Amino acid sequence: MHIVRRQHRVLVQGITGKQGTFWTERMLDYGTNVVGGVNPKKAGTTHCGVPVHGSAVEAAADLRDWGGIDATVLFIPPLAVKAAVLDAVEAGAKTIVALTEHVPVHDVMVFLAAAREAGTTVIGPNTAGTVTVGECFLGFMPAFNGRIFKQGAVGVISRSGSLATLMCQNITSAGFGINAFLGIGGDPIIGTTTLDALEALDNDQGTEAVVIVGEIGGTMEEEAAEYAATMDKPVIAFIAGGAAPVGRKMGHAGAIVVGDRGTYESKQKALQAAGVTVLATPSDVGGALKERLGS
Amino acid sequence: MNFEEHAAKPLLTAAGIAVPESRLARTPEEAAEAARDLGAVVVKAQVPAGKRGKAGGIKTAECAEEAKAAAEKILGLEIAGHTVEKVLVEERSDIAREFYAAILNDPATKGPLVMFSTEGGMDIEDVAEKTPGAIRQAKVDIRQGFGPEDAQAMLEGLDLGDARDGIADVLAKLYAAYRDNDAELLEINPLVVTASGGLVALDCKFVIDDSALKRHRELAATGTPDKLTELEARGEEAGIKYIELDGDVGVLANGAGLTMTTMDVIRHHGGRPANFCEIGGDAYTKARTALEMVLDKPGVRSLVVNFCGAFARCDVMMEGLLEAWDEVRPELPVFFSIAGTGDEEAIEMLKRKLGMDPLPDMDAACQAAAEAAKKAAAAEAAKGGA
Repeated sequence: MHIVRRQHRVLVQGITGKQGTFWTERMLDYGTNVVGGVNPKKAGTTHCGVPVHGSAVEAAADLRDWGGIDATVLFIPPLAVKAAVLDAVEAGAKTIVALTEHVPVHDVMVFLAAAREAGTTVIGPNTAGTVTVGECFLGFMPAFNGRIFKQGAVGVISRSGSLATLMCQNITSAGFGINAFLGIGGDPIIGTTTLDALEALDNDQGTEAVVIVGEIGGTMEEEAAEYAATMDKPVIAFIAGGAAPVGRKMGHAGAIVVGDRGTYESKQKALQAAGVTVLATPSDVGGALKERLGS
Repeated sequence: MNFEEHAAKPLLTAAGIAVPESRLARTPEEAAEAARDLGAVVVKAQVPAGKRGKAGGIKTAECAEEAKAAAEKILGLEIAGHTVEKVLVEERSDIAREFYAAILNDPATKGPLVMFSTEGGMDIEDVAEKTPGAIRQAKVDIRQGFGPEDAQAMLEGLDLGDARDGIADVLAKLYAAYRDNDAELLEINPLVVTASGGLVALDCKFVIDDSALKRHRELAATGTPDKLTELEARGEEAGIKYIELDGDVGVLANGAGLTMTTMDVIRHHGGRPANFCEIGGDAYTKARTALEMVLDKPGVRSLVVNFCGAFARCDVMMEGLLEAWDEVRPELPVFFSIAGTGDEEAIEMLKRKLGMDPLPDMDAACQAAAEAAKKAAAAEAAKGGA
């Protein structure tokens, strides 16, 4: 996956809706290079100061002489997400951020197969998006709140938006700052895994340490642990859901322990064995960063 | 959402996979009646859980009287937390061989996974451990699908006798049923070869993807909703994610991750969370219902309100909560943690309206609530003893 940068040309699919409008204004204010939007019924109009196109494919064609599109972000209802992502893949977007919760998993598998074939990165679904601090953000994270996102050298990966916001605020208030936030999403099958995000931050020059905000369910943290063991950059993790009962979906579709799979203990053990500092509570992140990075 | 066997098997029938003839019975008399039509039968508890046989939920019967006796024993049993209210009375098959077949959503390959085993009638996890050579898997490109030729390729090298073509046909049909019904899991265990050489699905497990229920309304009506407590059912009706736990520290937070973490941190400080209750997204408009539900759980002794504004702003959530406060008037000790977007406005509102300050962070709030609950419990015990 690529970290989205300020020069990347971003298309907002579903730009004219209430959330699309609200967050497009925030993204533009922050510096995201939003070059257009999509709504088939309002093609040819202007919204939030950018042109609205009939589809991502049309947008890419219209904008070809100005550099086309690099990334798209989707404010699209669940049952329409498949068509919108396939449209963005066909349009040649390199990164697609799918924010929507409750997208049917069969739809997700279809568009992830198409994206994989095209070499496109899908982030999500069911994510709050990404923030490249001081450059741009895609989605609905409070990037513009300086007490949460102060520029620095910590990369953050999270399956949850609310918990990541708290973690970022704790990092910032401890005197550190954030370089990039990658919200990967709370669904059981997602385009960018913890491992993919960890590799991207490991390869990113601006990132000196990584904080993983994981959850019970699945095996993504265990897979990321294997890679973390090979990294020079320190990795710190918090896993939510240690107090959750077995067999219940804890808000996120992916946050469920089935039998002995996806447990807190399994993740904690794998991460600790890989040399990752596992936090007992999110408040401990500042102390752990001081210890691992020096203050 | 899970489906009981009798509700899952029609998917196989519709796909062209043979199942034994059967009748659903709610009383021993109905079971006897069914056996009179069907002859030698198997009487099977209908609950959305596995391992029914080990729990005494599956019995054979030679005649109507035996079927009645079997149903009498099975109806009312508790299996994996479910009370058996109906049995499936099914014509008995002459079993020559047993296989296992399933299609599931695989997070590792991000696509469908077809599984087949020559060791039917056993848990696939056990087979994987003891005789992994009996299992075949095929990763499917969901855009290409999975046909009989793909199944033939997958089955190559297994000793299947004359059943090979039939099994390949069943696997392709099973895949079609999986796709048509947005299955998370569609499993036949066992898939049997009968003495006469036919292939019959003796049991079927079906889990539908909850996110796809909107496009399968008729089918969803035949599924078994999660077993909910009274409070959880109230939450579902109101569109609030509420899960009842066995502790005494109430939790009200925004976002799934933060709400789970609030539970974790309460436990970390020696407390016992009473619930999961999430009011993020648009749910902050339901603050009153959420607050009432958290407080209505018997035995709640303290409350943590943990807001971290991102998509949902703290001040908007606080406004909803304070309105509810006027009507509900909680009397137990409450501890707030407020961070993120809109936190300053929310803290100001809290001061103005309730004359309260939030604690410095969620650890402080969770710790204070855990201690307050313990103190209240001790006071109750002392009062009870006096």
